[in-house]
Amino acid sequence: MSNNYHSDEEILGKAYDAKIMRRLLEYIKPYKKYVIFAILLNIIVAGLGPVRPYFTKIAVDNYIKNSDFNGLFFISALLFLSLILQAIIQYILTYYTQLLGQKTIFDLRMQVFKHIQKLALKFFDRTPIGRLVTRTTNDVSALNDLFSSGIVMAFSDVFIIVWIFVFMFFMDFSLSLVTLSVLPVLIYGTFLFRRKVRESYRDVRLHLARLNSYMQEHITGINIVQIFRKEKSEMKKFLNINSDYKNANVKSIFYYAIFYPGVELISSVAIGLIIWYGGGEIIQGSLTIGILFAFIQYTEMFFRPIRDLSEKYNIMQTAMASSERIFKLLDNKTFIQNPENPIPLKQVKGEIEFKNVWFAYNDEEYVLKNINFKINPGQTVAIVGHTGAGKTSLINILTRFYDIQKGSILIDNVDIRNIDKSELRKHISVVLQDVYLFSGTIASNISMNNSEINFDKIIEASKFVGLDKFIENMPEKYNEIVQERGSTLSVGQKQLISFARALAFDPQILILDEATSSVDTETEILIQRAIEKLLEARTAIVIAHRLSTIQNADKILVMHKGEIRESGTHQELLASKGIYYKLYQLQFKDQEINRAI
Amino acid sequence: MTNLFKLKKYFLRYKKKLLLGFIFIILSNIGTVYVPIFLKNAINSFENNVSITQLLNYALMIVGASLFAGIFRFLIRQTIIVVSRKIEYDLRNDFWSHIQKLPLRYFQNNSTGNIMAHATNDINAVRMFLGPAVMYSSDTLIRLIMVLAIMFSLNFSLTFYSLLPLPILSYVVYKIGKLIQAKFTLIQEKFSEITTKAQENFAGIKVIKSYVREADEIKTFEELNKDYLKKNMNMVRIQAWLFPILFLVTGLSIIIVIWLGGIKVIRGELNLGEITAFIVYLGILIWPMIAFGWVINIIQQAEASMRRLNSIFNEPYEIEDSESTDYNIKNLKGEIEFKNVSFRYAEHLPYVLKNISFKIPAGSTVAIMAHTGEGKTTLVNLIPRLYDCTEGELLIDGKNVKNIPLDVLRKKIGLVQQEAFLFSDTIENNIAYGSENIDEDRVIWASKIALFDDEVKDFKLGYKTILGERGITLSGGQKQRAALARALYINPKILILDDSFSAVDTNTEELILCNLKDVMKNRTSIIISHRVSTVKDSDFIVFVSGGKIVELGTHDELLELNGLYADLYTKQLLEKELEELN
Repeated sequence: MSNNYHSDEEILGKAYDAKIMRRLLEYIKPYKKYVIFAILLNIIVAGLGPVRPYFTKIAVDNYIKNSDFNGLFFISALLFLSLILQAIIQYILTYYTQLLGQKTIFDLRMQVFKHIQKLALKFFDRTPIGRLVTRTTNDVSALNDLFSSGIVMAFSDVFIIVWIFVFMFFMDFSLSLVTLSVLPVLIYGTFLFRRKVRESYRDVRLHLARLNSYMQEHITGINIVQIFRKEKSEMKKFLNINSDYKNANVKSIFYYAIFYPGVELISSVAIGLIIWYGGGEIIQGSLTIGILFAFIQYTEMFFRPIRDLSEKYNIMQTAMASSERIFKLLDNKTFIQNPENPIPLKQVKGEIEFKNVWFAYNDEEYVLKNINFKINPGQTVAIVGHTGAGKTSLINILTRFYDIQKGSILIDNVDIRNIDKSELRKHISVVLQDVYLFSGTIASNISMNNSEINFDKIIEASKFVGLDKFIENMPEKYNEIVQERGSTLSVGQKQLISFARALAFDPQILILDEATSSVDTETEILIQRAIEKLLEARTAIVIAHRLSTIQNADKILVMHKGEIRESGTHQELLASKGIYYKLYQLQFKDQEINRAI
Repeated sequence: MTNLFKLKKYFLRYKKKLLLGFIFIILSNIGTVYVPIFLKNAINSFENNVSITQLLNYALMIVGASLFAGIFRFLIRQTIIVVSRKIEYDLRNDFWSHIQKLPLRYFQNNSTGNIMAHATNDINAVRMFLGPAVMYSSDTLIRLIMVLAIMFSLNFSLTFYSLLPLPILSYVVYKIGKLIQAKFTLIQEKFSEITTKAQENFAGIKVIKSYVREADEIKTFEELNKDYLKKNMNMVRIQAWLFPILFLVTGLSIIIVIWLGGIKVIRGELNLGEITAFIVYLGILIWPMIAFGWVINIIQQAEASMRRLNSIFNEPYEIEDSESTDYNIKNLKGEIEFKNVSFRYAEHLPYVLKNISFKIPAGSTVAIMAHTGEGKTTLVNLIPRLYDCTEGELLIDGKNVKNIPLDVLRKKIGLVQQEAFLFSDTIENNIAYGSENIDEDRVIWASKIALFDDEVKDFKLGYKTILGERGITLSGGQKQRAALARALYINPKILILDDSFSAVDTNTEELILCNLKDVMKNRTSIIISHRVSTVKDSDFIVFVSGGKIVELGTHDELLELNGLYADLYTKQLLEKELEELN
């Protein structure tokens, strides 16, 4: 989980934006039927609450006054029926609106995830992963309330108020006007309260964010606090921040403390008005006691829909902030373009040619300058160079993780920009230095969940690279659980898994970035043998860190500061005593000594 | 409940305010229960030729009683809920004060996220108990007693029958609440699976793209999301019953009043006014009955959270002053001696340092070299007692570090780590870290030595520039130099540079070392580095390998030895040649 407590992620109050709202509504379109069904149910269910005080009016005026026991039983049964009906419809309604919300956020989350899959590596270089995770998870979830209750249930609140009005005015017009005279105060009070609470809530959130980011930061830097022995002065700072948070909370308690008793007061004023004005009408004989009875019950009914409506407004505003961030991501089109009419690769021979290739990650800062070389099918080429010579960039552009600025890269004489990206990558396997394992099993990490790679092929690949000896010692064998990033496996085991992975995909072209990390001698021998087997019968480019690799390579390219400075076989290059000679002493000579031992 | 008893001391701190709160609860409920009585009297008076002025009196009494109740209801929140926030504040302070003193070992075994979860979720769960749970349960209880007394006095049998459904309400809220909680845990687990999947996918995007697994990844992600949707709907299926059942039960009570009460009115045993009062009383009782079931859940969650908090409060400090601390030690001279020191991080882990013995005279400069992961950092972390030795002893000025007051020890040692951690505060506050009165000249003096001053002056706000997410981000080298200035500011007797120039280029490093030579005249310095150029002028060099000292001597002596140090030296010469090649 990302622990981002910082405020740049927290756009707290965002004004309502019609453009964003329209775009959001697009997501409900596929579920139009649900929406219509829910609104229809709303109209019915909204009336079932307000009808009951009317029924009690009938009970009082028609049956109790006239001593009609049967009538009283009948109207009680009717009341019960309306109650049951309301409960059932309410249940169905809640269920379907929630389903609507869940389905829309499902769609949205999938869209975000699919979009991220398409983005180019260049985008990932610039964007923290935590931010992308937040977009796909929390930001999408924040829209659930809007899609489920926000849009559809707002109708319900309006309908309830309308129904109450209908029944009240139907029973007694002037008493309705008198009773409803408190309504403007109630509405004004509710919306004022919402606004105040929102403001103070924002304050609370701000201070909470500060408190959390203080704790987060100081837990991370706890050793500095302790080394400098500043526990006391840090405690003082913490007291201040914590006290600000407490005060913000206490302030928001005040609004609640005013509001809830306030609402009760308003409804008792309404009851008072009914007693005073309605009582007068009763004395004059123009009002029945049953109507007065019903009106008293209505005074309790206004409040909920009004409060809910003011809450819906909040939901809408919260949704604005998240959806703006989501849409910004969806509008980012940093893609590596696929050719419109890709040239199909039928039988890949594996010839690779770089022709005057220039490449830069940023504008004009070229990390590769005028690279020219050709690899014949089946050959192994080793690339050597000091840190920052441009070796990794060479791999990145061959698989079109990045596009080059000048020149061209050809595979079997076809420019890679004219080949479908996924087809290109299917023919080239890349084994990276930093082995990335996914949580799952050993088998799933070798096959990468590709259904074309069956279990036999997994075993075959593992045997081929000598991984099977390790696997046989594990309790669950190939189904042994691999934890996130393979934390329970050794460096050597991880290497071998990544070799098996590459082998299982059986590519015509293999790119191998040899790991520098040291492993024990036994594993080293296993790895060396595995590499030799991997390179057999396919075109290979190896960023070499092993003496054995450079000695066996058909050709060695020496890179220095973005250029190929020397090329040839190991013996030729050593003899010329150039850059390679120095590199050899720095990187490979020790291995010769170790071997001799 | 045993864990929540630990909160007693906090409650006692606010006992006056809490007592007042309970009095307010009683007063407010008196007002509340009078409203239906006035209403009853008003409605009953219609049968006996009431006058308009009398009606107005009734109306005013209703509003008056409600106003009386409202004022005290306001005061309840201002006392009880406010106290709950104050206790939360106290609890969090105690939590933080405790966390700060825990040893580094604790922070290595517990992730920041984990500690944060206790600080936020657990304290919040306890707060819910302190405030809402305490307020609602006492309010409910008092209100229940009062309302029941009045209702039973009005009519016994009608009260009995109309109240029958209400206990169901408490039970349903409690049960559904529990079920929802259980389902919600499942949903959260699924959600964290989704989060992990997204995290893993984005982090491994390069592998996924190279093996063209995007379509498959989307499918897996879709499966997870479908499952998530299903789990959510499982909860909705239960949750959606909550409100229908609530108004079904409360509605049922009202229907009973109208039906049975109606029969009694017809028989002349009861007046319409009583029926009205009953209906209003039921309305008053509904919320407390709902709250009752809710409160039980809150208490259960708070108990679990408090248990977790208590276990943190029980964590020992491990490294602190003890009975053998000699408070007469007020200063350090700077002679350091390792005597047969061995160290391992835990009993089940192998030794990182094995039987290390050597002596650093006060005022000298010593370099420690080793390959990555060979225990250099562990070695120097023992000096300011970030960890204590497992075996053997570490002496400063001939005294065991365990007997030197921590305040003296740490305030006299400047430790600059490779991972220079700076706070998101101004540069000045970072360099004069934690000082009450900042000596600006000293800040500038320290950063001049660290060759940081010129760059700070280039910032628009100079030393007032804020660092971190809300301000500017420093480069790795700038951070390291700021950290060095911070260590110099405290005027240490012992300065330890733990690979603290790794992100600084060689030329700058040499200039800084030159500046330091003057400053460190009468102080002891320990320099850890990979670079021969950094260490070659030290008084002597210690080469550690496999947890043991394998080479010890001056630069020239070690070259003569032609061992690990000499090998490193030749390689670094070669690297330099390559760098300079065009």
